[in-house]
Amino acid sequence: MATFFDALLLQVGYNAALVAIGAALLGFAAGAGGSFLFLRKRALVSDAVAHATLPGVGLAFIVMVALGGDGRSLPGLLIGSAISAWLGLLAVEWIVRRTRLSEDAAIGAILSVFFGLGVVLLTVIQSMSQGRQAGLEGFLLGSTAGMLFQDAMLIAGGGALVVALIWALRRPMTMVAFDPGFAAASGVDVRRIDLAMMGLVLAVTVIGLKLVGLILIVALLIIPPVTARFWSERAEAVVWAAGIIGAVSGYVGAALSASAPALPTGPIIVLISAALFVLSLLLAPSRGVLAAVLARRAFQTRVHRRQGLLALSRAEPIHDPLTVKILRREQLMRADGVATDAGRSAGERISRDEQRWSIARQQHLDTALTGRYDGLTPIEDVFTADEIAHFDAALLRST
Amino acid sequence: MGAEFVQFSLTPILIGMFAAMACALPGNFLILRRQALIGDAISHVVLPGIVVAFLITGTVTTWPMLLGAAGAALVAVVLIEAVRRLGRIEPGAAMGVVFTSLFAGGVLLLEQTDTSAVHLDVEHALMGNLEQLIWLRADGWGSLLDPEALRHLPPELPRMALVAGIIAVLTAVFWRPLKLSSFDEGFARTLGMPVTVIGLGLVTAAAAAAVAAFDAVGSIIVIAMFICPPAAARLMTNRLGRQVAWSLLFACLSAIIGYVLAGYGPIWIGARSSVSAAGMVAVVSGIFLALACVFGPARSRVGVAAGG
Repeated sequence: MATFFDALLLQVGYNAALVAIGAALLGFAAGAGGSFLFLRKRALVSDAVAHATLPGVGLAFIVMVALGGDGRSLPGLLIGSAISAWLGLLAVEWIVRRTRLSEDAAIGAILSVFFGLGVVLLTVIQSMSQGRQAGLEGFLLGSTAGMLFQDAMLIAGGGALVVALIWALRRPMTMVAFDPGFAAASGVDVRRIDLAMMGLVLAVTVIGLKLVGLILIVALLIIPPVTARFWSERAEAVVWAAGIIGAVSGYVGAALSASAPALPTGPIIVLISAALFVLSLLLAPSRGVLAAVLARRAFQTRVHRRQGLLALSRAEPIHDPLTVKILRREQLMRADGVATDAGRSAGERISRDEQRWSIARQQHLDTALTGRYDGLTPIEDVFTADEIAHFDAALLRST
Repeated sequence: MGAEFVQFSLTPILIGMFAAMACALPGNFLILRRQALIGDAISHVVLPGIVVAFLITGTVTTWPMLLGAAGAALVAVVLIEAVRRLGRIEPGAAMGVVFTSLFAGGVLLLEQTDTSAVHLDVEHALMGNLEQLIWLRADGWGSLLDPEALRHLPPELPRMALVAGIIAVLTAVFWRPLKLSSFDEGFARTLGMPVTVIGLGLVTAAAAAAVAAFDAVGSIIVIAMFICPPAAARLMTNRLGRQVAWSLLFACLSAIIGYVLAGYGPIWIGARSSVSAAGMVAVVSGIFLALACVFGPARSRVGVAAGG
């Protein structure tokens, strides 16, 4: 635990601190960049992009070894992965544009075929240089173990660059993500902005490969945006909230993983963002599950209270247990089922409200107003005092 | 094509074919329903299922693994549906949230527990061990008639054949409701079909195929076979019956050609060792899909000129 706090405060070594900062920047870039895709309803495109990096990693390794190099230089591998991920992205676009296959089929096809090719290349590498490919499997699930200082610098610097790019392009990208038609009408080149979005997601994926691994980087691109969506209805707020959620997941995850040996960075970061997601799903105001349950309960209480008071005012017996409970809790009814003074006056008020409503619905032709009758809304909320006085006069005449 | 082929290649190819067909069959309907990525999601969550089964039973025998994987697939489908409904989130994103989280949980469990002693690692889960499903007791084609040798067939072969057979029978029996509810869910509903149950049954069949195939051939083949052969078949014809037939053909050809290319291809070009068969099968299925995208007679949307 103490090591965890040390790690949180960047006290366990320069390299670990750099990794934590890099993970936070990467998490921010992934969350913000992913939310543009999520708002555009293309969240799973990132799945194809991530899997499509593998053949690039393999080919880059083979090419670098063939040129007499080490084969494990991170920048070289990342350039390779970026090229193959870009090809995968183009292939998805091409299939969707040229054939009648839907986008999800195109995504699935590209991710499985590119990943298959990557695995084939990994076995080629295994046979051509025993032992030297060590570290390459790290790209599947990510690894901070054995990360060099330059690697950590690359992640931190690349993450900062992507965040800056998102900041620069936030206006047009928000517009396109939220409403492509409106964006096009406002003179935004939707296709180019779409390409920029994809490019950013690709950059996040490539930078995140070493840290989180290609299978789990998808999680960082999808989970924070979905989580942020619970907290706001505004597109721009969703983008920044997703960035912050991603950054927190990355930072805390990297710190946790630095503080214990058997805690792999990638899965920990993903699980922290998943925990934030579950919390938001349950607790978010208005869109959360708890809020929905409470709203339902409150509605139920109002219905039962009103129906119970109406029954009281007519001196009818009440059998429904929930109604009895609500009326007795508010001391509107005594234990023997007789209304208290407060209950009687409340019942009379509601009964008068009902009578006014029934007159209103007979007399009033504006259905937009009378349509608001739901057995709960007090008539004062809908009609003016003059109109209500008019209804009362009609009531008197009819009795 | 002698004894060596029967020993080392026949059973892996057959297992690969049955696995490919078992996945491609439900894949046809998943693609029509735009649920193609369910296969991807299921094959990711199978990992935590297997790890949990290992932690509970302490063994890597087949049945606990299969049950664990099936349980995880079921949990994932329920979770995806719950997230989608409770959070009012679009299906793709809900799927992404659930399968990546469960997969991360699986990897963490794997790292936390000492599973290095047993053959249980992520690489194996991804790539399977198609190459190792050999039939050592065979000494030629005659062994196919020799009951003693047949008893030593890799158990994956009869199991995979059984699963593929069951899925084929189910597809035939439920053909009409499957077809109607996949093309026009609203119409099927007005006919009084239990559309939700059909959908759930389809996903369950897909999960069963995925889990059975996963054990033998790894998740790459599973994901690729769910999507590539049916997608390529969809570009070949406008009739569902023919589409299913095409997809089975593509699946079988991918398994055969992929395995042969992986096992013998490198030797033909002078390399020493073979490459991953699972990866190669996926690549070959991708080549079929690419060809269908360029030449398939039904590749365009209705109302769009061919090649337009």
